Amino acid sequence: MPITEYTEERVAELLRALPPAPAGWVAAAAELPRARAELDRIVELATADADFRLALIEDLEAALRSAGFAADRRRVVELQRRLAL
Amino acid sequence: MDVGETSDGELVALCRAGDERAWAMLVERYSRYVYAIAVQGFRLPEPDAEDIFQDAFARAFERLDALRDDDAFRPWLAQMTRRLCIDSCRRRRDEGEEPEVEVEDPSGELERLDEALAVREGLARLSGDCREILDRFFAQDESYRTIGEALQLPAGTIASRISRCLGHLRAELEGRKAVVLES
Repeated sequence: MPITEYTEERVAELLRALPPAPAGWVAAAAELPRARAELDRIVELATADADFRLALIEDLEAALRSAGFAADRRRVVELQRRLAL
Repeated sequence: MDVGETSDGELVALCRAGDERAWAMLVERYSRYVYAIAVQGFRLPEPDAEDIFQDAFARAFERLDALRDDDAFRPWLAQMTRRLCIDSCRRRRDEGEEPEVEVEDPSGELERLDEALAVREGLARLSGDCREILDRFFAQDESYRTIGEALQLPAGTIASRISRCLGHLRAELEGRKAVVLES
């Protein structure tokens, strides 16, 4: 393994090499556990409630919103996959 | 819980037990790294990089139980990110967006990002004052005057503080390297 000498220039270069990711991306990734739990709840609801499932099939985004759930793109895509819509 | 002091293995174990804060800490710890692999390593445009970023963390979260060595979270996440990037580059090429681009794993650049991450981790273990002053000076390229105003310090003392904090950072990095070389 080569030994790096941490000169001022090298430290500066390496610190600049990792700029922060956009804050919104980080927040969305950090929220994954909660988002997944909510997704599971929506799937459970859709399984237990035929009317809700029908509403999701007709207009997924509108049905989510009217049930009080956010309807962002990732959630919509994931639900389409999980509900085989 | 101190982000700088808690190991990946400890955070992974807490995540498995349902600790959402531990997951947020892992995301915070590796967000720059995953972002840099996509944007700098593979030079993906931001919309593609965003998909990679979210997919990499989503896969990691879903597959935490499959991780054999909890302390190997970083290389595992890096590997997933690289695979997603390669798939994305192939898709772009096959869809004609960048037909001339060869899809290669830019291992040299990724090694540099690994080293940059080690420096960031060393920085995270320093005191808050040192973290801030080194980040402002080296990463954000702020002048002594700007730093002095922001931290309410005389501009004349900034250079000596940077030098002292840089010394601490070097000691951190060289100490870690010695441990790696010995093991």
